[in-house]
This record gives sequence, structure tokens and C-alpha cells, in this order.
Amino acid sequence: MTQKLVVVGNGMAGMRTIEELLKITPDLYDITVFGDEPYGNYNRILLSPVLAGEKTIDDIMLNTEEWYAENNITLRKGVKVTEIRRDRRVVIAEDGSETPYDRLLIATGSRPFILPIEGVGLQGVLTFRDIHDVNQMLAAAKTGKKAVVIGGGLLGLEAANGLAKNGMDVTVVHLMDTLMERQLDAAAGAMLKASLEQRDLKFLMEAKTKAIVGRDKVEAVELEDGRKIPADLVVMAVGIKPNIELAQKAGLYCERGIVVDDTMLTYDGRIYAVGECVQHRGVAYGLVAPLFEQAKVCANHLARKATAAYKGSVTSTKLKVTGIDLFSAGDFAGGEGVEEIVLKDPYGGVYKKLCIKDNKIRGAVLYGDTMDGPWYFQLMREGTDISEIRDHLLFGQAHLGDSGHGGQESGVALLSDDAEICGCNGVCKGEIVDAIVEKKLFTLDDVRAHTKASSSCGSCTGLVEQLLATTLGGDYSETPKEKPICACTDLSHDAVREVINTQEIKTIPELMAFLEWKTPNGCATCRPALNYYLLCRWPEDYEDDSQSRFINERAHGNIQKDGTYSVVPRMWGGVTTPDELRAIADVAEKYKVREVKVTGGQRIDLFGVEKEDLPEIWRDLSKAGFVSGHAYGKALRTVKTCVGSQWCRFGTQDSTGLGIKLEQMTWGSWMPHKFKMAVSGCPRNCAEATIKDFGVVCVESGYELHIGGNGGIKVRVTDLLTKVETEEEVLEYTAAFIQLYREEAHYLERTAPWVERVGLAYVKKKILDDPENRKALRDRFLKSQRRAQIDPWKENATSPQRQAQFKPLRDLTRQQDLEGANA
Amino acid sequence: MSNHAPGENWVSVGKLEDIPPLGARIVRREGGNIAIFRAEGDRIYALENRCPHKGGPLSEGIVHGCRVTCPLHNWVIDLDSGEAVGPDEGVVKRYDVKLIDGEIYLHDAALKAQEAA
Repeated sequence: MTQKLVVVGNGMAGMRTIEELLKITPDLYDITVFGDEPYGNYNRILLSPVLAGEKTIDDIMLNTEEWYAENNITLRKGVKVTEIRRDRRVVIAEDGSETPYDRLLIATGSRPFILPIEGVGLQGVLTFRDIHDVNQMLAAAKTGKKAVVIGGGLLGLEAANGLAKNGMDVTVVHLMDTLMERQLDAAAGAMLKASLEQRDLKFLMEAKTKAIVGRDKVEAVELEDGRKIPADLVVMAVGIKPNIELAQKAGLYCERGIVVDDTMLTYDGRIYAVGECVQHRGVAYGLVAPLFEQAKVCANHLARKATAAYKGSVTSTKLKVTGIDLFSAGDFAGGEGVEEIVLKDPYGGVYKKLCIKDNKIRGAVLYGDTMDGPWYFQLMREGTDISEIRDHLLFGQAHLGDSGHGGQESGVALLSDDAEICGCNGVCKGEIVDAIVEKKLFTLDDVRAHTKASSSCGSCTGLVEQLLATTLGGDYSETPKEKPICACTDLSHDAVREVINTQEIKTIPELMAFLEWKTPNGCATCRPALNYYLLCRWPEDYEDDSQSRFINERAHGNIQKDGTYSVVPRMWGGVTTPDELRAIADVAEKYKVREVKVTGGQRIDLFGVEKEDLPEIWRDLSKAGFVSGHAYGKALRTVKTCVGSQWCRFGTQDSTGLGIKLEQMTWGSWMPHKFKMAVSGCPRNCAEATIKDFGVVCVESGYELHIGGNGGIKVRVTDLLTKVETEEEVLEYTAAFIQLYREEAHYLERTAPWVERVGLAYVKKKILDDPENRKALRDRFLKSQRRAQIDPWKENATSPQRQAQFKPLRDLTRQQDLEGANA
Repeated sequence: MSNHAPGENWVSVGKLEDIPPLGARIVRREGGNIAIFRAEGDRIYALENRCPHKGGPLSEGIVHGCRVTCPLHNWVIDLDSGEAVGPDEGVVKRYDVKLIDGEIYLHDAALKAQEAA
């Protein structure tokens, strides 16, 4: 029979425990959750950004009501539990209901600490703990002018910043002489205070609050020294205390919090507790990271695995005030045998202090530059001996090691895989990188969804973005900054194409003039791009600028390291005949080709041809019926095929014939980058269609169309675009996909990064969901092919003017030339 | 200067119009070819057709401004000085060349230097 699990507390710790439990064993328990707030489960630590207007309540909801329903969890929201009857194993709620349990989880969190002074009950005196408090503060900010925040700790400062952002005049009253004195030393505290003062926050330090005064509504805060600070709103943020009333009433052993062992079990063997309400090894935690560690352990025991133990947490803190970077971890108070390494740059707004004892980091305070926080935190938690790197320690991880290679790597790239990135959720770098790679994540939201990293307090967002950037390389474009094409312009590829698409400009010089190019005629990076973009836009009348093409495309051969060329005749679908082979053999002998090699794309490559011989060799090959193989160009390369149903006993369709049709339709087309296709006759995929730019895999019932594969530097398996039933459809979809790529990818961007940049969904939308658009793309492609399929070899071999370009201007090694020169 | 004869020691190697704008052709000679560039504003340059990096044929590179980008590994060579543009380091031998009435003349030191070498 299913056991009953009751959870008291619908907050982050309780629900995280349930999530972890469901991951291990979804069906073990019948779960009921009581939450006294009238909401689903939300991310309490993001209340500060909500108050500051940077997020909405919806943004911070963690589990929707559907989630509870989908997981068969009974959610009793807005229902307060009043009593736990351990003898009968039931919880009694304020509505009189009794809910029996086999296991009980207490996650009642904490309550704000209220100063024992006069006037705390006045209207306009709030705490900062839940959505209700935030709504009240936002309402107060609309009518009132002056706010006083009592408490200059983490929570108080976030509240003060939020209220100031809502237009209030805010004064922070703090008992100590340093802000956030539990996390910061005096120097960092002073820098923080100065930055906040620049944001018009006022501070009264070493000021003790005596009373809050007013008739029925708050009017002022009175200090011990007699000063009175006028206030329309008072936020009390002096600390929290574990919420243990219910547990105490039930007779559970409590000290400051509900006392639990290393398995998160209370003194009652059926009752567990997690979160801010517990006390573990004498410590009650008020930060989110330990709660999540506890949740993992607790779930493990609820699931009866009994393999995990909680041994306490080392915590680090970051302040969630946008624009202020602050990191603090461990013990930095100094003391016997503790050495301090300090970097202080008040002008640059940077302060770093590391406390070291016995060659190990004991504590760290970083202000202004918190990039290396996770690294120091890792060294600290692992107790790494730092004597070897002590000289460079303060300059950060990027300064370690081989400077020749470290220069471009960002700090996060240097972290080891087990370095913790998201302290809240305990997510390490390796997990994030694996998720990015394996699940093809491209945005911050994707990473949040898959790994939970950066989904709690958000202060590791920068690190996660860097991980995305370093993992994906150029594919990551979350940062909206568009890079210019090259140093000749400030415009990006997209911006230039936009102009080309909307203006009637048909030459490179006119385009450069229009776009105010900084150089007279560009460079070897931008000119080929512009030439391609114009050619793509004006397929019928753009006059190709061969001087803006890379030599391979100008000479229609592939330049080799010794300056000779290789020549690849086109063999449709990789099929040839004895006559063709004979012609190739003749040509190879006649022009003393130095090597004959079969290519990866099923063609024959003739190496070591002198430039001067190119027009001749082409003429001979043209006569034998060959056209250029475009093995050299940013163009359609080859269509690789397997033998298919004609010969193969497994073949389902005529893959060879289809490959030939595809190649005949697409050959000669210029592309943003090289473009390779393949057709496999069955799912055994002998033509390796799933690592091509466009691959067709034949199946009994039709043709699977795959896009965006790459077998190069970074192997990428294709995405399945769709499945179609006829060859005609294959041709139509191929042409449409190619044209979409031709029109929208950046020059020198292969389909793999392009598909990843724009998303498979986008490609599907343009090609699958919109048949009109698909046909229009196909038609534009076929239109541009009319001019593109003039064989460049034949053209060059028959035009004396073009041939001349392959010859020396003058050959002084020839006798008659020399005589002419000396005459 | 249009009616001036090139004078002694100058060898005609071809016409300006035989080289495409922002293009190059080679003059073949014993022991290594010379690349004749037609750069921005029809300025003519003659350099050894050998990139200081790995010997790539500079005449096949893309010409932009008064520079050429080597086709093998994208080194950029300044045609005026023959020097590689930073951060790469290297220098290409330059030869005197002049353009008179659309005719390109190369100083025969380009030939003699080779014989001496």
C-alpha cells in the first residue's frame, strides 16, 4: 500500500525535497503539501528583484499548480497547520481537517525577527519575507515618500535598494559600524556603503532603534540618542529566526531550530525536517544553498536509499543588487596565524581580501570584481594547499598557468569540471557543460530549465553565460551585441544584408560607399562576403567580382601548399563510367598530375596541376563531358550516395538516382560556406547523411530529411527536419532549405552553427509550416540556378581573355622574351 | 611623365590593362617569380611572389588598398614596404617598377639581383 507523506511548508526547501524525491522514486508516496501562503511555490530569494522592479511575481514562481496535479500531489494552499498529533500520526489544520501521515516533513522555514520595541504593531511597519510583504511595500511606495529600513544586512540592503528604485527616500539604520558585517570586513563594507550612497541611499551607522512612533500609522523611527527620522514606511530586516512553534508544540526536541541528525531526521523517527527551521550540528542556516543540500539528503532517506549524509555547509554570499558585485565566503575575521592578502583599488572600485591559514584559504571577500569567487570558494571548500600559487592567487585563476594560451580564455573556462557555479543549487561546471552539449542548449533559460543553475538567486548568471559562450563558441548569441563583419565597418552581417535587401545597390564599391566603409576597398574578409551577398540578392544581373573571391573560386581549383592546384571533375552522385575514368586517366598523364586520390565526397582529385595548365586541363575534361566539381568553393560540393535499392539487399529507395537528381538541381550554386549533401538508401546510412549539411535517409515509407550536420572540427549530427513521401518533395524541400540558408546565414557560417543560431523551430516554421513560403524559396533557388549552372571550366577554357589571367604577364625565362626585353 | 622614355635598365613587362584592378599577374624569371600588383588607384607594385611565412604565391591573394592577403594562411603584406602587417613579422623583397603610358616597366636589377644571387 502506498505510504502517506505530508509536507508542512510549501517553500523552497520543502518543495526541493519533493522534487528530489520524485526524481528517485515517483510512486512511493501519496503526497500532501500544506502551505499557508495563498500561492504555489515561489523563489523567495528573488523577492528582491521583484521589489526592485526587475522581475515579476510570475517570473519567480517555481512550481505551478499543474505541476502539483501532474505529480499527484495534493496541495492545500492557504491552509495553515495548527497541530501535529504524533501519537495518532495526523496533522490538524485550521479548517479542522485531519490528515494522517506515515512520514512527515517539516519545512516551516523562518520568521523575521521583530525587535522588542514599542510601535512595531503600527500600520506601515513591515518585514521582508514574502510576496505579501513585497506587495505592501510596493503599495506604500506609491503613496509614501520616506522609508526607513532597520538593519544593514543582506536583506535590509536589498529592501532599501528596491524601495529607492521605487522612488522612495530611504534611510538605513544599522546597529553596527559596518554594513553586512557578517559577510564583509570594514574596508569592503565601506566601499559598499559608498556605492549605495551614490544611489541616494542614506545610512545611519552604529544607531540603535529605540521605538517606532506614530498614532496608528507610523510617523518616525526614534533612536537611542534621541534622533527621530521621519518615515511613512518602516521595514524591519534585523534577522530571521527558525519557525519552530509547530514542532515545539508537538513536543519535538528543539533548540534554536528543530534539531536534526545527518539524515535530516528529527528526534521522532517518522518526522524529517529541512530548511531554515532546522538546526544541524548546532547551526541554523539562512541561505539557500544549504537548504538544497539538505533537500537532496532528506529525499535520499525518504526514498529509503539511506546512502546520503548531510555534513553541514560552507556558505558563500552574494548581494543581489544589480550593478554591485560582491562575494563573501568563509571566515575573514583574522586571528591567530591568519595571514591576509589584500588588493585595494578604491578608484577602480575593486577590493579583494583572502584570509589564509596553514596555506589554505579560510575566507574571501571580493568587491567590484567577483569573477574568481567560485574558484576561491572551491579552493576553500576542498582545503587546497595554495603555497605554490600564492604569488598569483589574488590576480585570479586566469593568471595561472601558461600565459601564451590563457590570454583569451575567460576565467570560467579555466575552472575544473567539479567547480561549483551555482551555489544555490549545487550545480558544477561539468554538469552545465554536459547539459549544454548533450541537450543542445543555447540560451540562459535553457540552462536554467535543464540544470537549475542560475535559477535561484541569479547571481551566477554571468558565469553561466560565460559557460554558454565558451562551450558554444561562436554559436552563442545571447548577448545582443552584433559583431561587425571586420575592421572595415561597424556593421554586422545582418545589418549589411538588411541594407542589401532593401536598397537597389548592385556593386561592391557602391555598397561600400553607401555604408560608409572605413577602407577604400575593404579587405580579404569583407569583400568575399559582400560579393556573395550581392550575388545572392541579384542572381540575374549581379556582375560577379572575381577579384573579391578567394583564389580557389577565381581559379576554380584548390590551391595547395606549393602553389599548384588540385582539380576535381564532377561525378554525379559519385557514379562514373569506364569512359569517364579513361578520360580522367588521359588527362592525368597528359598534364603530369602528381597524385590521383579519391576524396571523402566520392570524387577523384588530381593534384599538382600548375596554374597555367588549368584552362587546358579543363578543356580536355569538358570535352569528355565533365563540369567543375566545385571542390574548392563556398558552394554545393558533392552529393554522396550509397548504392540503394538498385543493388543493395537492404536498400529501400533508389538513393543513387535521387542523389544524382539532387546534384543536378543544386550544382554550381554559391553558398555562404561549403555545402555537402548525401543520400542513404536505408537507415544503415552508409552515405553518412546525418553529418551533412543536408542529408536524406531513405526508409520504406519515404524519405527522412536531415539538416545542419557537420563532420568537421566539431562533429554535429543533423536535426530531423521532416519526412516526405516522394522524390519531388525531397527536391522541393532541399531547394527551399538551401535557399533559406543562402539568404539568411552569415558568410562563412556553415549550416550547423546557423541552425543552432536561429533554431530548428525557426527553420521548420519557414519550411514546414508555411508551404507558400517553401515554394517561394524553392522558386528563388531555381531562378538563381539558371545563371549559376554555367560551367566555369568551360567558360574559362573557351574565353581567351579569361585564359590570359592564368598565364604569366611575361615569361623572362623564355629566350624570345628575354631578347624582347633587352631590345 | 607621359612622353618620357623609360630610360636604360628598365624592362617592359606588360600593360596595365592586362592586370585586373585589385589584381596581380606574375613575371616569370629564373629562381622565383615576381608578382606585379595593380592596387588601389592603379598603383603598381613589384614584389617577390613569395610570402615570408610559408612561401605562398602572393599574386593569388586578394588585393585591398595597398595590401595583399596571402592565399595560404591570410598573412597581410603591405605592398609599399613589403612588410607583413602585425602581429606577423616578415618582409618581402620589393623591386622598382614604373608605369608610363599604360606600360609597366620593371627595373632590370630584378633580373641582375637574381643572377648575382
